[in-house]
Amino acid sequence: MYVAVKGGERAIDNAHAWLAEERRGDLSVAEMSIAQIREQLSLAVNRVMAEGSLYDPDLAALAIKQSRGDLIEAIFLIRAYRTTLPRFGATVPVETGEMRCDRRISATFKEAPGGQVLGPTFDYTHRLLDFKLAAEGEPATAPQSEGRTDPTPHITGFLQGEDLIQTEPRDETEPRDITRQPMSYPADRATRAQALARGDEGFVLSLAYSTQRGYAKNHAFVGELRIGLVDVEMEIPELGFSIDIGEVQLTECETVNQFAGSKTEPPQFTRGYGLVFGQTERKAISMALVDRALRWEELGEDFKGAPAQDEEFVLSHCDNIQATGFLEHIKLPHYVDFQSELELVRKMRREAADNAAAQEAAQ
Amino acid sequence: MTATAALTGGFANAPVDAAHAFRAIMTVMARPGEIRSVTQATPPAPLSVAAGTLILTLCDPETGLHLAGACDTPAVREWVAFHTGAPIVAPADAVFAVGSWADLSPVSQFPIGTPEYPDRSASLIVECNALTASGAVLEGPGIRDTAHLSLPETAAFAANHALYPLGLDFFFTAGDQVAALPRSTAVREG
Amino acid sequence: MSLMDDYNFAYLDEQTKRMIRRAILKGLAVPGYQVPFASREMPMPYGWGTGGVQVSAATLTPDDTLKVIDQGADDTTNAVSIRKFFERTAGVATTEETTEASIIQTRHRIPEVDLTEDQVLVYQVPIPEPLRFLEPRETETRKMHSLEEYGLMHVKLYEDISRHGNISTAFAYPVMVNDRYVMDPSPIPKFDNPKMEMAAIQLFGAGREQRIYAVPPWTKVVSLDFEDYPFEASKADHSCELCGSDSSYLDEVILDDAGNRMFVCSDTDYCRSRREAGHQGRLAGETV
Repeated sequence: MYVAVKGGERAIDNAHAWLAEERRGDLSVAEMSIAQIREQLSLAVNRVMAEGSLYDPDLAALAIKQSRGDLIEAIFLIRAYRTTLPRFGATVPVETGEMRCDRRISATFKEAPGGQVLGPTFDYTHRLLDFKLAAEGEPATAPQSEGRTDPTPHITGFLQGEDLIQTEPRDETEPRDITRQPMSYPADRATRAQALARGDEGFVLSLAYSTQRGYAKNHAFVGELRIGLVDVEMEIPELGFSIDIGEVQLTECETVNQFAGSKTEPPQFTRGYGLVFGQTERKAISMALVDRALRWEELGEDFKGAPAQDEEFVLSHCDNIQATGFLEHIKLPHYVDFQSELELVRKMRREAADNAAAQEAAQ
Repeated sequence: MTATAALTGGFANAPVDAAHAFRAIMTVMARPGEIRSVTQATPPAPLSVAAGTLILTLCDPETGLHLAGACDTPAVREWVAFHTGAPIVAPADAVFAVGSWADLSPVSQFPIGTPEYPDRSASLIVECNALTASGAVLEGPGIRDTAHLSLPETAAFAANHALYPLGLDFFFTAGDQVAALPRSTAVREG
Repeated sequence: MSLMDDYNFAYLDEQTKRMIRRAILKGLAVPGYQVPFASREMPMPYGWGTGGVQVSAATLTPDDTLKVIDQGADDTTNAVSIRKFFERTAGVATTEETTEASIIQTRHRIPEVDLTEDQVLVYQVPIPEPLRFLEPRETETRKMHSLEEYGLMHVKLYEDISRHGNISTAFAYPVMVNDRYVMDPSPIPKFDNPKMEMAAIQLFGAGREQRIYAVPPWTKVVSLDFEDYPFEASKADHSCELCGSDSSYLDEVILDDAGNRMFVCSDTDYCRSRREAGHQGRLAGETV
């Protein structure tokens, strides 16, 4: 006798058990620790923290382990955990001008106070597989020098002195929290920045790339890219002053972009801005380019129909957790909808056949 | 009211009390004219138990609350602040307002939403002496044929309905009883 | 101690529930209007019922009995998963019997038996905007709703008729609610549309799209149509081959490699209860 498919619950339990077994892999190979992931896959950890919007390297490492290295899945785990955390308050805005830079480069000035510091970059590595890494080698050491003690000034500050770049107005209004308020359009720049900072690296990268190739072209110079630690402060109303609650690693990118000016306004450079958790420079540069493209209206430029200029398009599609969830949901059962279409198509085909027959008979 | 009085009269078990209270509140909003009992809060006078329960169930730091007339007492302010953190605001900024019909009138001072966002409107908690299923005739969503409710008047509610889909939504409270009248309900004299 | 003991009743924190509850009340006050809400990131993927789950979580009390269906069935994997989530986080009783449930969360179906005044039906909604396939921009569709400008929708339906001789929408068939808002009924088959004028409260949750909307009991819900092409609630022209019902929505099941088919009720509880009451379809008791 026909029995409707049953046993969904057991199927799910079994799938989870199998997943756990696969996650561990070959038992003769040592299990990875959270510390190993945190220390040795730190750029993956950084991406998970950035797009998960939660600065906690250990939790990000745990998420990577649990997700078998599927970073979007890891970001999802972090996001779902983050939602449940109580909010104690908001920090004072971080002061990136005080950043203790590990890396700081400018494409606009050959030399500037604070110097060009390459830091731990892949930039000039030859992309040759290093087979020495396949074996356990000696720990690598880098030469040390005295770090800079003075703060490293922002490059754009030097342009601002001459009024060559637009001064961004200081805005003291509290930005909306896109995880606590529904998105609505048009969105302000702070809202856009939040969405881009946690947006999918690949999506933001491709949009940024499209602006370079001419879809809302606005040639960008990397005025400055810096990576380092900044202090995080919180105001404690009971104390009447703010205290340091820790430090976070950030990547900040400011681009210097062309601006034609007008009859009434002399030419002036404009900026794009990117700020992301961790060492995540591909993302920060991409974010700065897309930020700049989205500012077309504010800067009196034309809307050229380019994807990167289209705020609603960019913001409603940049979140990989939303995207992957909706994309993957189409593997859920849709028997009922499909059945309704099946019946409709059958009916229409029947009608078409009847019509054809009637026409034939008439001839 | 003593300082400690502000600390009492809240939900004994917030998740469960709020859940039960909300179901009653949702039911009356979905079925205009229906009267339900909500007993979860014990607010300071002059707030009724039902009005206090509505405030605890729906208000928090994100929702401006207007205390109209006699409801605006230090004791009520302290109680609202301690249990909900809702800012006390002027009528034009209110998401919720509580008071007698006389104190809330004219209701044109409260936001009615915008054509694109009709939800950006105020909900008014009207304290009444009693609630009965009699008087004004109600028709609209949530009502199979007609319903009756003892409204403080009909003209203002008919005028509010004429703004649909903009407009205000009303709760009526008396003791531990609550009923509702959304903007979607057409109202006429009974 | 289970993992979930660390979480609040029904998983969501109280402030989140309040925010959702306020949105539900607005939805009930303006039937069919999509209320924006700050949807939370749930521990299940967007598109898998996060909106419905949040609405259910904000609506449940410990006294409720919850039923979860997907495609009309209680035992489909995602229904099982959501039911389990609420068993763990809210400790509520669950049931597969439609008549026993006080809250029913559904994906893609309305149960066959009439729901009652004491029940709440929570729909999972993927795309809450009925105009989305005609106009992708939220800024535009919001304007169209505000102006009650639904001509585009009628044009689309009419183009269907001129091209196919039929309105080619078979599920998620748009409805006009309370003579004001065009609403997406979620991807239920159009067969279910006429049931929406019902005694129960209907709540719709779209998590990814951050929208909640509602239909109070007995609200006027009209499927869009034309005088010369009236709406028709169609289904497969068969009766259930297990319980014999000729009025229920049917799933088509492929039985063998030769492609033989049979038709069975999509509402598994309805089919079971009919069979228990002695009703028999063509293939009942046969080995297939």
